[in-house]
Amino acid sequence: MKKPSTKQFNTLKKVLTYIRRYWFLLVLSLIFAAVTALLTLYVPILIGQAVDLILGPGKVDFAGIFVILKKIAVIVVITAAAQWLMNLCNNTITYNTVRDIRRTAFDKLQILPLKYIDGHSYGDVVSRVIADVDQFADGLLMGFTQLFTGVITILGTFGFMLSINVSITFVVVLLTPISLFVASFIAKSTFSMFKLQSETRGEQTALIDEMIGNQKVVQAFGQEDEVLERFDEINGRLEKCSLRAIFFSSITNPSTRFVNNIVYAAVGIAGALSALSGNISVGQLSSFLSYANQFTKPFNEISGVVTELQNALACAGRVFELIEETPQVPEAKNAVDLDNISGEVALNDVAFSYVPEQPLIENLNLTAKPGQRVAIVGPTGCGKTTIINLLMRFYDVNSGSIQVDGTDIRQMTRGSLRTGYGMVLQDTWLKTGTIRDNITMGKPDATEEEIIAAAKAAHAHSFIRRLPQGYDTFITEDGASLSQGQKQLLCIARVMLCLPPMLILDEATSSIDTRTEIKIQQAFGRMMEGRTSFIVAHRLSTIREADIILVMKDGHIIEQGNHKELLAKGGFYANLYNSQFSA
Amino acid sequence: MKKLLVYIKDYKKESILGPLFKMLEATLDLLVPLVMAAIIDKGIAANDTPYILRMGLLLVFLGFVGLVFSITAQYFAAKASVGFCTKIRHALFAHIQSLSFSEMDKLGTSTMITRMTSDINQVQSGVNLALRLFLRSPFVVFGAMIVAFTIDVKAAVIFTIVIPLLSIVVFGIMLWSIPQYKRVQAALDKVLGITRENLTGVRVIRAFNKEESEVGRFKLSNEDLTRLQQFVGRVSALMNPVTYIIVNIGTVILIYSGALRVDGGAISQGDVVALVNLMSQILVELVKLANLIITVTKAVACANRIQNVLDIPVAEKPTGVPGAADDSTPIVEFRHVNLTYAGAGDESLTDSDFKVMKGQTVGIIGGTGSGKSSVVNMIPGFYPATAGQVLVDGMDVAEYDPEALRSRIGMVLQKAVLFKGTIRENLAWGNPDASDEDMYRALDIAQAREFVDKKDKGLDSEIAQGGKNLSGGQKQRLTIARAIVRKPDILILDDSASALDFATDAKLRKAIREIDDMTVFIVSQRASSIQYADQIIVLDDGQIAGIGTHDELLAGCDVYQEIYYSQFPKEV
Repeated sequence: MKKPSTKQFNTLKKVLTYIRRYWFLLVLSLIFAAVTALLTLYVPILIGQAVDLILGPGKVDFAGIFVILKKIAVIVVITAAAQWLMNLCNNTITYNTVRDIRRTAFDKLQILPLKYIDGHSYGDVVSRVIADVDQFADGLLMGFTQLFTGVITILGTFGFMLSINVSITFVVVLLTPISLFVASFIAKSTFSMFKLQSETRGEQTALIDEMIGNQKVVQAFGQEDEVLERFDEINGRLEKCSLRAIFFSSITNPSTRFVNNIVYAAVGIAGALSALSGNISVGQLSSFLSYANQFTKPFNEISGVVTELQNALACAGRVFELIEETPQVPEAKNAVDLDNISGEVALNDVAFSYVPEQPLIENLNLTAKPGQRVAIVGPTGCGKTTIINLLMRFYDVNSGSIQVDGTDIRQMTRGSLRTGYGMVLQDTWLKTGTIRDNITMGKPDATEEEIIAAAKAAHAHSFIRRLPQGYDTFITEDGASLSQGQKQLLCIARVMLCLPPMLILDEATSSIDTRTEIKIQQAFGRMMEGRTSFIVAHRLSTIREADIILVMKDGHIIEQGNHKELLAKGGFYANLYNSQFSA
Repeated sequence: MKKLLVYIKDYKKESILGPLFKMLEATLDLLVPLVMAAIIDKGIAANDTPYILRMGLLLVFLGFVGLVFSITAQYFAAKASVGFCTKIRHALFAHIQSLSFSEMDKLGTSTMITRMTSDINQVQSGVNLALRLFLRSPFVVFGAMIVAFTIDVKAAVIFTIVIPLLSIVVFGIMLWSIPQYKRVQAALDKVLGITRENLTGVRVIRAFNKEESEVGRFKLSNEDLTRLQQFVGRVSALMNPVTYIIVNIGTVILIYSGALRVDGGAISQGDVVALVNLMSQILVELVKLANLIITVTKAVACANRIQNVLDIPVAEKPTGVPGAADDSTPIVEFRHVNLTYAGAGDESLTDSDFKVMKGQTVGIIGGTGSGKSSVVNMIPGFYPATAGQVLVDGMDVAEYDPEALRSRIGMVLQKAVLFKGTIRENLAWGNPDASDEDMYRALDIAQAREFVDKKDKGLDSEIAQGGKNLSGGQKQRLTIARAIVRKPDILILDDSASALDFATDAKLRKAIREIDDMTVFIVSQRASSIQYADQIIVLDDGQIAGIGTHDELLAGCDVYQEIYYSQFPKEV
């Protein structure tokens, strides 16, 4: 058991603010727990009293026994009821708290800056919201049900034992810690074995992942035997260290049981000897024996619960980290809702970088008049998406400003800015739902005619019609059954339906076949008519027709101008352009 | 499941001795209440201090012997379960490695990895626990009943009622809750799905201002989950209170009937204490048994999943090797080949028919899904033809010894895969006996020499898992070098220069062309990459739309024209 640090203490305080809403249930739960624990301890005493009334042939006090047994029956029923109610309270508190935390975390996700989301792996964030919260729930539930009852049981047992016989209590209290000591000693000494086991497992999983994941390469180069040899070497080591870890840790139970047996024997001897001198009755001895059997249990449970709770707090801490992350810059108080955007976009002295040490965009000036096309070109990975991030205000500029129709986008509501843009990205994202749900994302109240018209304009209608349930075909997140090109057409249809005044388009590179690509080009062309468009471009025809070309390299904008100007300049763009035609 | 048991046969001794020692320990546990009864009846009643001490020591001795038995049992159980699973792991890994590509595609890599790791671990804990408890728990339950009967039949009758009742409650609630937990898991998966979707689609969701409706969707699923969890929790919370009532009411009846028997002189006071102790032992063991059954059920499910993989038959490897081929035999020939992938409805290749002579360079072009990769994957026999024949040196690849066949082929796949290790180790996959000179020659050809030389340790530079410390283009060039180290007769480049800029791509193709006697297949989406091939195969939707040189195709093949002009617009 480690000492709880201040960090854990802080986390605990935060957890309590969530639990406070259910304080009434919490109080009830504690009352029921106390009732359960004390009554559970009272039953062995009653049984002992009953046994004392059964002395021998003809010496049985049936009337007395009957009274006691009736009492036991009533108490047992009350205990069981209290226990069940306690469980219900704990269930409600735990699952509601968890629901609240999860909801808060998800709400937070919606206002987190993109910087956080881009900077953390999806798996990491998902595991905070799902696995960590789950683990936390388990720990919390277990903590509630066992920690409090455990403490009361220990105190109660102690009290009851004292009330029966002081010296035998002394024997139990002296011997019991041995079992705890043994358990913690074994846990400590096996820790390194478990660590070695999990490291070896990790090593093996990495190999499995690498080799099975790339089996084609393994088979193509005929490396099966070599790989199996490496696998077996790790497997052999794993066998050895697993055996050690499992065996040595499994000594815990027999050992503590052995200590308990000693306690039992000691109580038996001490009790029997006291009985000889008349200090204790046989019935009391039997109560004592059942206590001796149980006394160590809550100790072991509590030490388990404490570890579990520490773990739960660590998990809760990770969730709270997410919840407390600084949200995106809130909307300006007087932020305007621009509608009827004409589509003039101006970037004035824009500077931006993801990390302060690495300046990226500096002194970017650009004015796109309504209806103009801006092509962003450059080799892959040169930071073309950065421009999209700034235009859509996924990220804020470090200095300078971006204006739409003369209004700084930081003075607009995010909603109205983003409604003004239609965005089709290359990594197509579709949500789980029907095709219809996906097309109507920007306009949930669209009529059937509008939907079909948009799909037709995007050249998506014909393939949608051929799907098993047409527009009602259900697709999952990765749109598994659709081809890359079809997914892109759907994304275009989605924008076609609302046709905002400004567009952000990301041309596909190589993963789409020529014919679909031509369709996408046509759809893009139709969409761009009369709209201010920013296109991450790969195709010469798109680039040549653009009013402004931004040439990017390594995150910087190195050239700007139209096709002719840039060719005449004979710089990077001219080079890039010419290289496409040398064989 | 049954077939897996073969792997435990080397641990027969351990698998028998483990449970046996556990049972011996349980027997001792059952003796304890009897000894205690003797202390009460003979020691206390007869005022016999030495007897009490003797019996007390006997209790300690029983405890000690129990400890020894138990540790012995744990050892055998651990040894058998770990050894058993080590063997399964080996067998499963070897089996997965021998599976064909079609099987792998069908099953998916991530499933295989789960089978190899968490499933086997589950089986291991299942076997371990089963060896320890499967005999012990029922033995204690029934043993306690039998011991009770030996004390007194009439007083012990209540055991025959309590045990079935407890079993019904414990197992009933368990059986009820297992499928419920699956429902909870499904609800949780849904919540997880929405969370994930909101991360992967964050740009689109915000672009369409969908934040609020997503919050609403999450709230609904989250509520569903909470409601389900509470419902299941409420029922499982019944287990402890109900069993508590049964055992204690049983004890009440036991005391009453015991009192009657003592009054009649049939049994003693100590016997009643013993009976009460036995009753409380039963509950503990039944709960253990129920938990064991859950673990074992899970382990059996995992074992069955492992078994399913092992049951996939591995096709017998052909052993044929072609005789010396003369120059008139095509090195690669497709004779009316059709290919349908397992589980796919449509053919991916239809009636492919072409010949390639030794030393030729063949370009394959077409849209995505047109079957380009299928063609080159059939040459090393990765996927067998559903109809027709693929021949290498005049021999059907279905009869060709795959190792001999693949040793002649240098394959560069679309996805550039490198393994954790040094550059040298990675290149050695192509040819374990390659000298440094061979490796440098290959790096030169693959246009990779420059960046390898720039690294501090050259060939001995470390590559991280998945080649994460290299750029896409560097990875592609190294995978090409790995194939060239083989000095293959046939080099296959499956769209493997896509991350290279045009100039490097051109240099690479020039260097490859200079290697004598090597037949080269280049799959590409770029017309410029295949323009100068001796033969270009144009694929469209699984059909060959044209075969010929660039000039021939540009003159007479619509699909080729369409592709070419989309990349090189006419007016330029």
